[in-house]
Amino acid sequence: MATQAGPSRARPLWVAGALGVLAASMIAGLLDGAADISPWQVVLQAVDWLPFVHVDSGLAPVEQGLLYELRLPRVLVAAVVGGLLAMAGAAYQGVFRNPLADPYLLGAAAGAGLAATVAIVALPAVAQSIPVAAFIGAVGGVFLAYMLGNTAGRAGGTATLVLAGVAVTSFLTAIQTFVQQFKVEELQRIYSWILGDVGGGWDQLWLVLPYAVVSTVLLLLHGRMLDVLSVGDEEATSLGLRAARVRFAVLLAASLATAAAVAVSGLIGFVGIVVPHVVRRLAGGSYRIVLPLSLIGGAAFLVLADLVARTVLAPAELPIGVVTMFVGAPFFVAVLRMTRRAVA
Amino acid sequence: MIETRGLSVRLGEREVVRDVGLRVRRGEWLAIIGPNGAGKSTLLKAVMGLVAHRGDVTLSGRPAAGLKPRERARLLAYAPQTPALPPDMTVFDYALLGRTPYIPYLGRESRHDRDVTASVLDRLDLGALAARPVGELSGGERQRVVLARALVQQAPVLLLDEPTTALDLGHQQQVLELVDRLRRADGLTVVTTLHDLTVAGLYADALLLLADGRAVASGDPAQVLTEELVGRHFDAHVKIEPGPDGRPVVLLVRGGS
Ligand SMILES: Nc1ncnc2c1ncn2[C@@H]1O[C@H](COP(=O)(O)OP(=O)(O)OP(=O)(O)O)[C@@H](O)[C@H]1O
Ligand SMILES: [Mg+2]
Repeated sequence: MATQAGPSRARPLWVAGALGVLAASMIAGLLDGAADISPWQVVLQAVDWLPFVHVDSGLAPVEQGLLYELRLPRVLVAAVVGGLLAMAGAAYQGVFRNPLADPYLLGAAAGAGLAATVAIVALPAVAQSIPVAAFIGAVGGVFLAYMLGNTAGRAGGTATLVLAGVAVTSFLTAIQTFVQQFKVEELQRIYSWILGDVGGGWDQLWLVLPYAVVSTVLLLLHGRMLDVLSVGDEEATSLGLRAARVRFAVLLAASLATAAAVAVSGLIGFVGIVVPHVVRRLAGGSYRIVLPLSLIGGAAFLVLADLVARTVLAPAELPIGVVTMFVGAPFFVAVLRMTRRAVA
Repeated sequence: MIETRGLSVRLGEREVVRDVGLRVRRGEWLAIIGPNGAGKSTLLKAVMGLVAHRGDVTLSGRPAAGLKPRERARLLAYAPQTPALPPDMTVFDYALLGRTPYIPYLGRESRHDRDVTASVLDRLDLGALAARPVGELSGGERQRVVLARALVQQAPVLLLDEPTTALDLGHQQQVLELVDRLRRADGLTVVTTLHDLTVAGLYADALLLLADGRAVASGDPAQVLTEELVGRHFDAHVKIEPGPDGRPVVLLVRGGS
């Protein structure tokens, strides 16, 4: 019998399905439980926002303004951040060949947390300094862990890299805790930054977009490379791959994505683990599938998480990081159980 | 085709391969035999450039040390003794990994790459498994999938580390016959480690007996498979008789040790 199967790739049906879910969650995010607006009007309004297209949604200018100035940037930031974190998580899992790796593994979170804390404590009046500081801190944390891992162990090995990440994380977290003690009155702000927020508006979106585009393109191009890397360094080398170089490129792109996401949204946990796993279970394990579908799925997931965060205790808002962790923690356990069964 | 001179490998504190010289001509089949821990796998890895080593490796007259990984991967295909199989990956995707040295860094596989992969899978009876995840295969099926990856690489030299340990009799014969046919038809050079001495003597043109990292005997099967050499280096009690085609057959003797 002649072989029928071909290489794995993201099947158009899956991509279309995922995009459908994303579109539906974005419309739900825009609606936000408003009784007087119909989903259809939101769709029309969304079409109207597209360049060169004009349709009449029947919404009053006030409603249009509310959607455009408040809800639309919020939904878009949530989508971009969720997509970046999920895709970066998938990439980290590929590089470390560990299904529980997350995009904060190498000190991105601790670095960003420290830098944001310093910004809040030192420049409490300049809110714009926080994302910039967080971005620099995230990149710096990863850089530190990478340098430490490569000087302490065999160049490019993953085991020492993970340990270096753990060391850098606890070191920077210790400093961060120390710094925040100086300004106890800012604790509230620091914690609410850490727990995540996607309500920053259009400015924040423009801030992340360039990094988001660059890292997304880079990561999507590396899907096949991550598949090769999954047989381990030694065999990947025997297939002609320079494993350490690929790892460096992927980590660079994934860390850029993480830093961009962290800069505008704080530390939103578990998206990077939950989403790639669902994708793997549903659509297949090849990184050529996992990376693009995680991007779309992560976007949808965070838009919905933000919707939950805004509505559950309305008019009060839950921090979005609490929602993702609430869903993520039980899921984490389930994944552990499933992977254990697969190994046994 | 392959030549090593003074090849030594140090792992940790131990000298695992010591001063091994070997030479395999184009189209020849060399079987490396020796007891567990003798350094057979390590020797293959050194030839493949996967472990740091001293001494020279020459591939078709070129020093291997000067080759880029991609160039080396086009010359040598390697199937490890204990391959890492990503459990989620499909059989087709796994075999397709063998095309890596031909696909541009950020590019994708061509139709030719897919055709090569499909035809190798068919030749190894794996066509029906192509869409299955490798984590769900039997031990023997896995071993054939790993061999498929090496064949898909279409390199003139095959380095196979224990390619038949998990195979039933029929598949053992199928795999060895396939390798032998490729060798005769395309002039492939084959280096395998093999634990079954009779099989090694049956298929290989030359044997290299490795003990404690040293090459203690080499030559054609009848020269290396003697009761004296096997008895001493494997610490086994055997009887060796000429088989139907004159090649040595190694028989265990009961009650020996
Ligand atoms: N990473 C390592 N560090 C230290 N010693 C090692 C390492 N890898 C292998 N060895 C040792 O090197 C020796 C040779 O190992 P190798 O795998 O080459 O043996 P082998 O001849 O292939 O054995 P087998 O027949 O069991 O496959 C063994 O004694 C083994 O314990
Ligand atoms: Mg071995």
